[in-house]
Amino acid sequence: MVSYWHDGSSIFNPISAVEYLPEEYLIKIQFHRLKVMIKRAYEKVPLFRQRLEERNITPDNIKSLEDINLLPFFVKTDLRDTYPFGLFASPMEEIIRLHASSGTTGKPIVVAYTKEDIEIWADVMARCLVSCGVERGDIVQNAYGYGLFTGGLGFHYGAEALGATVIPISGGNTDRQIMIMKDFNVTVICCTPSYFTHIIERAGELGVDLKSLPLRIGIFGAEPWSEGMREYIQREANIEAYDVYGLSEIIGPGVGIECKCREGLHILEDHFYPEIIDPETLQPVPEGEEGELVLTTLSKKAMPMIRYRTRDITAFYKEKCKCGRTTRRIRKISRRSDDMFIIRGVNVYPSQIESALLSVEGSTPHYQIRLTRDHGLDQMEILIEVTKEMFSDRIGELEKLQEKFAQAIERTVNLRVNVRLVEPHTIPRSEGKAKRIIDERKI
Amino acid sequence: MKINQISMFLENKPGRISEPCKVLAKNNINILTLSLADTQQFGILRLIIKEWEKAKKVLEEAGFVVNVTEVVATEVEDKPGGLAKILEIIEQEGINIEYMYAFTFRSGDKAVIVFRFDEPDKAIKALLDKGVNVLNGVQLYEKSNQ
Repeated sequence: MVSYWHDGSSIFNPISAVEYLPEEYLIKIQFHRLKVMIKRAYEKVPLFRQRLEERNITPDNIKSLEDINLLPFFVKTDLRDTYPFGLFASPMEEIIRLHASSGTTGKPIVVAYTKEDIEIWADVMARCLVSCGVERGDIVQNAYGYGLFTGGLGFHYGAEALGATVIPISGGNTDRQIMIMKDFNVTVICCTPSYFTHIIERAGELGVDLKSLPLRIGIFGAEPWSEGMREYIQREANIEAYDVYGLSEIIGPGVGIECKCREGLHILEDHFYPEIIDPETLQPVPEGEEGELVLTTLSKKAMPMIRYRTRDITAFYKEKCKCGRTTRRIRKISRRSDDMFIIRGVNVYPSQIESALLSVEGSTPHYQIRLTRDHGLDQMEILIEVTKEMFSDRIGELEKLQEKFAQAIERTVNLRVNVRLVEPHTIPRSEGKAKRIIDERKI
Repeated sequence: MKINQISMFLENKPGRISEPCKVLAKNNINILTLSLADTQQFGILRLIIKEWEKAKKVLEEAGFVVNVTEVVATEVEDKPGGLAKILEIIEQEGINIEYMYAFTFRSGDKAVIVFRFDEPDKAIKALLDKGVNVLNGVQLYEKSNQ
């Protein structure tokens, strides 16, 4: 059916019909939804109204899709400043789910969903799965974390909406993951790319040949990964590896997805309107040029988001995709415009590490964050220059101090890290400022 | 009666221990004795130096983190049971020994041992009461020249 919309390289499923709409129809849908969303956000969320009033505009000023340019930007600190429920546009009676992700001060970022939002999320996730070739009858091992993190439940609802069989195994316990993958004839794996490379290594140690299993598709996201890693995964597990993009502030996973062509990620732009701006001037970059991805939710009820600055650096593809989808594609994301880094799917800011160190010592020592990848698993090591105040002639005292640092960091970012004390002046400084992050992960 | 010991932080990697030694050599400062405590990642170098103030200054100028701690140097009979006798005195007083190490030189027919106690004053009193010779700085530095 409707095979003239594409060249046959992708699977068509009615659930993804909207992705093949002619551009003029898509724009109509986007504009209509934008109008409704802005009006709602303006009426229900004091911060949105205030920001619009500061610019002397009302929802009536939005007369075309291009007028989105008139709207103010929102950033992560806006969520933090209104913690926990300040940006909700629906009363709690209509909110059926809360999720949270790590924030910059130890306080999480809270996001909310109405029943309709959850349905839309399931729908966009189902479309993502279709885009990767997942069908009814597929057995999906969902190794994204279930819980406050949006990854686990996002994939879960999407796979169920599609009608695939979900194994809600969540993350961790690699040996059991491999056993179930083998025994249940799993055909689709969803997890972070670094975790899957760990699975590959462990399977090798256990003598399980992933290549011979029915596994055929892997959908990997929540952290940046490279083409080299894709080649490695595809070769070692004999699967097709797809990149998925999303962020809790917008909905969770389901904002962007690769198709069979694997040339960039299609944005599900009937629900999430993408712009790419120059992070300095805040003006749109010329089409095809690199900039910061900005997203506006077009249909979200509980927590609309206007021109949210993702800090992710990417660029639009100029040409339409060979798969036949008319939705715009962004380049695979490889870096961010701020210093946030992602380790094992957790967002970490150097400022979090800094405040943890401060809580132990009373002053911030010179430190450096070193990210490495050991057997496919990300490791974070914090080097701390020993000061006169910290130093003791007793080994036990210094070991205790190391442990205090490690615990303080663990409390802040929920990750166990290695703390290593180093001699003063051994962490390089450029223009007086220490280079805070050394990312040695080969992705 | 207490002796000033210099301690410094070193990373546990090749070449690290020679750095402070070079600094001291360049400034013509002699090390009476030393001990090195280490973990996999780092070490603590402890030095007994007559000109400890000068040593501290030049080491700090060279960028090292230097602490000064008070330790106790006692004579110990250089025969079986010599050290045990000292330890027994300390134990009876309920004093904790953080660490200890020996001098390279002797005091007459006796060995000299450096102790880091959690209660140095109490330890000195107990040792003196039992007739153990606790060396002060001047005595110690004299012995080292003999």
